[in-house]
Amino acid sequence: MSIFKKLFVPAVLAAVASSTGLASAATEVQWWHAMGGTNGERVNKIAADFNATQSEYKVVPTFKGNYTETMTAAIAAFRAKKQPHIVQVFEVGTATMMAAKGAVYPVEQMMKDAGEPFDKSQYLPAVISYYQTSGGELLSMPFNSSTPVLWYNADAFKKAGVASVPKTWPEMKTASEKLVAAGYKCGFSFGWQSWVMVENFSAWHNLPMGTEENGFKGTNTIFEFDNDIVKTHMANLQDWSKNKLFVYGGRRGDSLSMFTNGECGMWMNSSAYYGSIKKQAKFEFGQSMLPFYPNVIKSPQNSIIGGATLWVLKGKKADEYKGVAQFMNYLSSPEVQAWWHQETGYVPITTPAYELSKKQGFYKSNPGTDTAIKQLSLNTPTPNSRGIRFGNFVQIRDVINEEMEAIWSGDKTGAAGMDEAAKRGDVLLRKFERANGS
Amino acid sequence: MLKNVHFGPSVLPFLLVAPQIIVTIIFFIWPAGQALYQSLLIQDAFGLKTEFVWLENFGILFSEEQYRNSFGRTVVFSSLVAILSMSFALILAVLADRVIKGAGTYRTFLIWPYAVAPVTAGALWVFMFDPTLGIVTYGLSAMGYDWNHKLNGGEAMALVVMAAAWKQVAYNFLFFLAGLQSIPKSLIEAAAIDGAGPVRRFRDIIFPLLSPTTFFLLVINIVYAFFDTFGIVHVMTAGGPAGATNILVYKVFSDGFVGLDLGGSAAQSVILMIIVIGLTVVQFKYVEKKVAY
Repeated sequence: MSIFKKLFVPAVLAAVASSTGLASAATEVQWWHAMGGTNGERVNKIAADFNATQSEYKVVPTFKGNYTETMTAAIAAFRAKKQPHIVQVFEVGTATMMAAKGAVYPVEQMMKDAGEPFDKSQYLPAVISYYQTSGGELLSMPFNSSTPVLWYNADAFKKAGVASVPKTWPEMKTASEKLVAAGYKCGFSFGWQSWVMVENFSAWHNLPMGTEENGFKGTNTIFEFDNDIVKTHMANLQDWSKNKLFVYGGRRGDSLSMFTNGECGMWMNSSAYYGSIKKQAKFEFGQSMLPFYPNVIKSPQNSIIGGATLWVLKGKKADEYKGVAQFMNYLSSPEVQAWWHQETGYVPITTPAYELSKKQGFYKSNPGTDTAIKQLSLNTPTPNSRGIRFGNFVQIRDVINEEMEAIWSGDKTGAAGMDEAAKRGDVLLRKFERANGS
Repeated sequence: MLKNVHFGPSVLPFLLVAPQIIVTIIFFIWPAGQALYQSLLIQDAFGLKTEFVWLENFGILFSEEQYRNSFGRTVVFSSLVAILSMSFALILAVLADRVIKGAGTYRTFLIWPYAVAPVTAGALWVFMFDPTLGIVTYGLSAMGYDWNHKLNGGEAMALVVMAAAWKQVAYNFLFFLAGLQSIPKSLIEAAAIDGAGPVRRFRDIIFPLLSPTTFFLLVINIVYAFFDTFGIVHVMTAGGPAGATNILVYKVFSDGFVGLDLGGSAAQSVILMIIVIGLTVVQFKYVEKKVAY
């Protein structure tokens, strides 16, 4: 035998032996998520901390891309019978996940079957109402929920002579005019425009976005956001963009740089941008509640959440689900939630976590960071402000985005854009209704 | 006397061809068959509820205004890409043919863009033209023009056409250069002696003799513009503001993988396949008659 063969075979045998030795240690729980960057590191920390508390289960987080890519990957994996245990799906995928009764394992059901304690009452109503069936069963575990807030540049306000943070849209207009007069390139911008300017706008003013309680009651819902109030608001925004009171910067979070580099004095987007803004902004900033039209509603209703939740997929072994359930409880513990909330700007999902943050004095030393949670729990949600449940909403958001972009570029009036968006959206709703057989 | 070579019956040819056939079956025939099958179904994203609907997906597609617009957009896009990339390549090839000093350097640099992956090319171009950060945008605004392809559909289309054409110029250049060099110099010299100027020589001698190359490149460019430009569109505009760059191949992706409408998306890819097959057949049948070999 050659020297090579003498060394090669034992080496291979040793490698095989050692790898099989390690494999039988802990049951793996696969977690697919869409948290990149710093949040991805935090996700890894959460998983590592959980794995360190016990030796039976090992949570393995895998970054799969953005929300859309992660959801698509999970669906494709399910079709190939290679799905993960837990997948992070954003709120617009709720209807698709809910309709997949053979694929999704409702969290409440799973916790019960696994024999793990689960106290629904400790979760904040504003956060879980989005993900409950009409009978109250919790379908998925809230993980990173946020709501849009009004971010403002306090230094710019001082420079431009804006005395107080705008609370209404007329005040927004005046403040923007002052900012532009003081030399700023734009008054305000926003991102995730469908979520902020249509979905949350409707909930904040207690207006329905669609029939059947925004789709909660059935897939035969029809859009109603092409109403006069929304149309007038779009027309106002189009008008204001002519004098740069409002400048459009992209569909998602692309316009963040316009705020952090001082171009825009105000920005409306998720409270979860707290971490990024803290890092990038070289000025004093703050957050406040979203503005409203006082001629439409006396005081705002409540805002709705965005972000994502963790869905559990069927098709795995029962003892693996026990590990999933234990991990869910770990995630919901006050310490983990308080840490996650304070680091990221996502809202704490349980009352104990909120109380813990208060006790730790976090809101005193970081004023404004409880804006999101206050906005969400401002009032008991009405059928118009519980959330939305529309099928094919990933595509419908893109439709709304396209029509809004046509309004900003001046191609369409606010009214025409909203009419077209509702019409095209209804076609997609009917497709979903047809494909999901109800 | 003619010698006829006989090859005895043997398994060897089949074995040698087998790997290629297996690859073709796994990566082309099987997915195509699956797409054909899925185009006849309406199903939910997870595949739990399936309804067999014959050709209804196709009917729905043709009744949608978005789809018909996408057709028109793709025709515009492909024609622009093919014409631009072929004309530029031809001009460059004719010029490079005449150069003697440093010919190798010129040709190397002109061929390099072909090695750039489509996604990389798209990322480069979109960065240069970024409305906030791009260097070309800066230059344009100094001249008084506000470039914002995130809002303006025409600009988005122009940007995507430029990036796609830029990549193909190198490929076309290579073939045109080879074609030019295969034209016998004696013909050109004879024409020059007879008093034909460079333009006349090009129009009456060089261009007709280049026609096999031109025809081949036309087919390749059209197929490229229809199929291989997905990466460029995805990186640069993701279908463009208000669908301005939502060409057919991109629509297949966004309807199928983002919108999770697998039946509709499969129907679109079937239609796309029929179009390209049809175009190629037409080109071979009619255009080739005019090609002088």
